[in-house]
Amino acid sequence: MSTPIKECIAVEKLVVSAAPHVHSGQDVRQVMRDVILALLPAVLVGIWYFGVDAARVLILAVGGCLFFEAVMNRLLKRPSTLGNLSAALTGVLLAMNMPSSSPWWLVLVGTGVAIILGKAIYGGLGYNPFNPALVARVLLLISFPVQMTRWVVPQGLGTGFDAATGATPLGAAKEAASLGTPLAEVGVPGSMDLLLGNVGGSFGEVSALALLAGGLFLMWRGIIRWQIPVGFIGAVVLITGVAHLAAPEKYLDPLIHVLAGGLILGAFFMATDMVTSPVTRRGMLIFGVGCGVLTAVIRLWGGYPEGVSFAILLMNAATPLIDRYTRPRVFGGQRRQLFADRSES
Amino acid sequence: MLIPTAVLSGMGLIAGLGLAVAARVFAVETDPRQDAVNDVLPGANCGGCGFAGCSDFAAAVVDGKASPVDCPVCDDAARQAIGAVMGLEVATTQRQVALVMCQGDESVAKHSFRYNGQASCASADLYGGGDKVCLHGCLGLADCQAVCTFGAIEMTEQGIARVIPARCTGCGKCIAACPKHIVSLIPADAKVHVLCANTDKGGPAKRACDVACIGCKKCEKAFAEDPRITISNNLAYVDYENAPTDPGLVETCPTGALVFRDLNALDSDGKEVRPN
Amino acid sequence: MKFKGGIHPHYRKVTADRPIRELPLLPRYIVPIGQHIGAPGEVIVERGQEVLRGQALTKPAGFVSVPVHAPTSGKIKKIADYAHPMGRPQLAIELIPDGEDRWSDEISPVGDWRELSPNILRDAIRDAGIVGMGGATFPTHVKLSPPADKPIDLLILNGAECEPYLTSDHRIMLESAADVNEGIGLMMRVLGVDKAVVGIENNKVDAREALAVSRPPGLDITYELLETKYPQGSEKHLIYALSGREVPAGGLPMDAGIVVQNVGTAAACLEAVRDGHPMTERVVTVTGGAVAHPDNLLVRVGTPLQDVIDFCGGLAVDTGKIIYGGPMMGMVQFDLDSPILKGTSGVLCLKDEEVSQFEGGPCIRCGNCVDACPMFLVPSQMGLLVERSRWEDLGDHHLSDCIECGSCAYVCPSRRPLVQYFKRGKLEWRAWQEKQQNESEQNNESA
Repeated sequence: MSTPIKECIAVEKLVVSAAPHVHSGQDVRQVMRDVILALLPAVLVGIWYFGVDAARVLILAVGGCLFFEAVMNRLLKRPSTLGNLSAALTGVLLAMNMPSSSPWWLVLVGTGVAIILGKAIYGGLGYNPFNPALVARVLLLISFPVQMTRWVVPQGLGTGFDAATGATPLGAAKEAASLGTPLAEVGVPGSMDLLLGNVGGSFGEVSALALLAGGLFLMWRGIIRWQIPVGFIGAVVLITGVAHLAAPEKYLDPLIHVLAGGLILGAFFMATDMVTSPVTRRGMLIFGVGCGVLTAVIRLWGGYPEGVSFAILLMNAATPLIDRYTRPRVFGGQRRQLFADRSES
Repeated sequence: MLIPTAVLSGMGLIAGLGLAVAARVFAVETDPRQDAVNDVLPGANCGGCGFAGCSDFAAAVVDGKASPVDCPVCDDAARQAIGAVMGLEVATTQRQVALVMCQGDESVAKHSFRYNGQASCASADLYGGGDKVCLHGCLGLADCQAVCTFGAIEMTEQGIARVIPARCTGCGKCIAACPKHIVSLIPADAKVHVLCANTDKGGPAKRACDVACIGCKKCEKAFAEDPRITISNNLAYVDYENAPTDPGLVETCPTGALVFRDLNALDSDGKEVRPN
Repeated sequence: MKFKGGIHPHYRKVTADRPIRELPLLPRYIVPIGQHIGAPGEVIVERGQEVLRGQALTKPAGFVSVPVHAPTSGKIKKIADYAHPMGRPQLAIELIPDGEDRWSDEISPVGDWRELSPNILRDAIRDAGIVGMGGATFPTHVKLSPPADKPIDLLILNGAECEPYLTSDHRIMLESAADVNEGIGLMMRVLGVDKAVVGIENNKVDAREALAVSRPPGLDITYELLETKYPQGSEKHLIYALSGREVPAGGLPMDAGIVVQNVGTAAACLEAVRDGHPMTERVVTVTGGAVAHPDNLLVRVGTPLQDVIDFCGGLAVDTGKIIYGGPMMGMVQFDLDSPILKGTSGVLCLKDEEVSQFEGGPCIRCGNCVDACPMFLVPSQMGLLVERSRWEDLGDHHLSDCIECGSCAYVCPSRRPLVQYFKRGKLEWRAWQEKQQNESEQNNESA
C-alpha cells in the first residue's frame, strides 16, 4: 500500500489561487520578441542599403532605450522591466523612423524622450497614451528639422557607402505641388524601386516588401489584427485615389502613396501598438480608418510631406473615447438601437 | 505692430472686465462661518468624519448636521476653535489611535498554503480565509496601508501591518478596510494590549501561531475584584475604560499575546523615544 | 454547431479510455450538510446514532434545498465543523462505517417513470438529494419546476464536458448510455416537453454513438456533435450552439424556454426513481501529472481526498496544486481531509511545473481577452477598474454577466488574475449598489 500523502508532500507548500490554473503560455516578452523578429527583414534591408550608418543608429537607439528604461526604473523604484523587451522594441522602431545620417546625440535625445516622456512618466508599459517611438520622432522632427530630414538616397544595391543625401519621393512631390510643377517633371521612383527599397527615406521605411512580410507574419501569429492595417491603408488609398483621379498632375498615384514613406511601417507596426490602440475589433477599424484619413489629408494638403506619425498620435489621443463607445453588445443583451436614451443608465 | 498690441490689450481688458462682472453677478452666497470653520480644519480630506472632504464637513457643521467632535483629526484646540465660531460648547475628548490586534508575522505564524494572486487582503480572504492557519490573523497585504492618508501604517519586515501612533489621527479608514476586522480604535494613553484576535481553543490557536492568545485566563486572574481583562470565547479583552497600567502584567502571559506598549512613547517612525 | 469566443486549451483527456472503477469501502466518511446551491438542510440525526446507507441525514430547509444521505451503513461519530472544499470549515457529519454497507429499509423503487405523475417524480428527485452533477450543484427538482409564466419547450442535455482533463461524463455516457437515455425521458415527462437534444463535443464521438443506438423508441431525443471548444459546456453557449437562442443577459435558460441538465444528473434521476437510490456516490476523474495512476473512479460522497489519491497511487513530491473540478474553473484545495462532494467531477493534481503563476503585470491592452470572452465583455477594462477600486463603474461594463469561465485569464500575456478581480468586483459592486439603494431610501424618507 502506498504511503499516505501527508508524509510525501508538504501541504503548506501547495499553491492556492483563483482559477484558471492553466495558461496559453504566451507572455509579454514573446509578443515583443515576435514584433522585433517581424521587423528584422526591414532592418536588414535598411542596413544593406544605408550601410554602417544605419547599424550605428540601430545600436545607439536600442542601447539608449534600454539605458533610460533602467535609469527610470531605478529612479521611480519600479522593478526591472528590461526583460520584457518593450524598451528594446521601442529602440528598434525609433531607429527605423530616423534617417541613417542622424548624429549620435540626436538618437540618444530621441531615446531619452521616448522612454522618459513617452512611457515612464505615465507609469511604464501599459499606461502610456501615446506611442513612445512616435512621440520621440515627432519631437525630434519639430525641434531638429534639418537633421531629421537629411535623407540618404542609396545609389543602388549594396552601395551604402556612396549614398548621397536627397529628398524622399513624398518630399519631392510636396515641393512640386507648392511650386506648381507638374508631377511628370519630378523624378518619382517607380513602384519596383519603392517595393524593394531603393529610395531615400528613414532607414526602416524604405523596403515595403520586407515590411509587408513582417506585417503578415504578425497577423499570422495573431499579434496584430487586420482591422488597423486594412482600415489605415484602405482609407489612404480611397482618399488619395479620388484626389489622383481628379487631378493626376498634382496628386501622386495611390500605389505610390502606399509604397512610399512610412505608411506600411506605420500601418503594420506603429498604429498597431497594442497599448495605444483600441482593444475592441470595431474600435480598431475606426482607429485605422481615422489614421488613414488624417494621413491622407496631411500628405495632400498639410504642411508636411509625411503625415503618418502625426495621424497616429492624434488617433492615440482618441483611443480611450473609441474604446468607450465601441464596447460590444453583451451576449444576450439587447440589440443596439440607432438612437439610445442614455439618461437612465 | 501697434494694431496687434492694441487688439490684444483690448481683448484682455474686455475679458478682465467680464470676469469681474461675472464674479459679482453670479456670486454664490455662503455662510461666512463655513469659511471660518474650514480654515480651522486640518485640510486632510480623509473622510474620517463621514463627509466628502473638509469643506463638505464645514458646510455640515454650519447646517447643524455635524458636530465639531465628529472630526477625528482635529485636536482639542481646533475643536474649541470651531465651537467658538459656531457659538457651541465642545466637550474635550480623549485622543484615539488605531492598533492592529495581531503579532502573527512570518517568524511566528504558520501558513496553510502559498497564496498566488491579487495583493489585497480582501481578495486573499476569499480563498479559505487567507494563507495563514490562523483565520483571524493579519494577512499582510496592506489593504489598511493603502487607505491611510496620513502614512501612519507600515508593513513590518516580517510581513504584518503596524500602526505608527504618532502619525495616526484616528480617522477610522483602516478599521473599515481590514477584512479580518482586527484593527481597533483605542485610547492613545492605553499601555497594555492583547495583540491577538484568535477565538479558537488553546490547542489549535497555539499550533497556528506561537504568540496566539490561548484563553488560559492567567491575565484575568491577576485582577481579583476589579476586572480589567476579561476572557470571552477563548480570547482576552482589555477593558479600555478601566485599563491596566502595570508593565509587570505581561509576565502572566505564557505566549506573549499580552503586550506592554506605551503608544505615546513612540516617535513618528514608530521607534521608541524613551524606554518603558 | 458552435458559439463565438472561447479558447482551445490542451485537453489532456488521458483517462478517456479508462473504465470506471469503484473505490472500496473506507474507514471514515465526512459528509458536509452544505453541498449545493441553496440553504443547507437541517440535521435530523445525532451523535452516536447508527444509520444505514441512503438514510437521510438532513431534511431540506426551504424550496431550494435538498437532503444529504449516509453514503454507507455505520455510526455517527461527530457532527462538527470539518474541512470543506470551499475553503473555510463547515458543518459536516463524520460517519464510521460498520463494513456491511447495508441499504436502509426505506429504500425501495418508486416505480416506472412512464407511469408516474410529474409531481411524484419531482418529489422523488428532491428526496433523493439530486443536484446538478456537472459541478453547479443546483437542486435538480427546482430546475425541473419552472414557474408557470416561463413555458418550456425543449430539454437540453449537457454532454459537452469542455474542461480539460475531465472524463467522468464521457465514461458515464459510454457505460450507462441506457440509464442516461431513460433519465432523459424521465425529465421530459416531469417538464412536459416532447423534445430533447443532447449536446456532445466532437472529441467524444464514441459517446454519441453509444447514446444514439440506445435511444428509447418513442422519445424524440437527438444527439448533436458540437465543436470542441472551451467553454462549450456553459449553459448559455450550449443553448446557443444547439438552438440558436440567446438567453437574455441577466436571465436564466427558462427565459428562453429551455431547461439544461447534465447527463450524469439524468442517470442519477433514473436511479432514484427506478431503484429508489438517493445520491450517495458519483464518478470522479482523478488526473494530472502529479498523481501516479490517473483514473475514473466511482466514489462515495464524503470520501476524504487523501483516500481518493491514495487509491490512485499517491502524489509526486513536487505537487504544486490540487484542484476540485477542471483546471479552468476548479477550486484549489489545501486540506487533504476535504471530502468529495456531490458536485466534485474531478480531482486534478498538477505538478509545480504544470501550474501557471499569476503575476501583477500591467494590462498591455493586447485584446486577447476581448477575443476570448464568450460573453462579449471587455475583461481588460474591467480588470483595470477593479485594480483602481472603481466599483461603481463596473455596472456599465456588465460585470454581472461574466460567467467566470477563465478564458480571458488563460490568454492574458501579462498573467493578470482576471477571474479573481471579477469575483472581488462583483462583491464590491453589489455592496455599492446596496449602499446606493439604502442612501436613496433614506433620502426619500427624510425628504
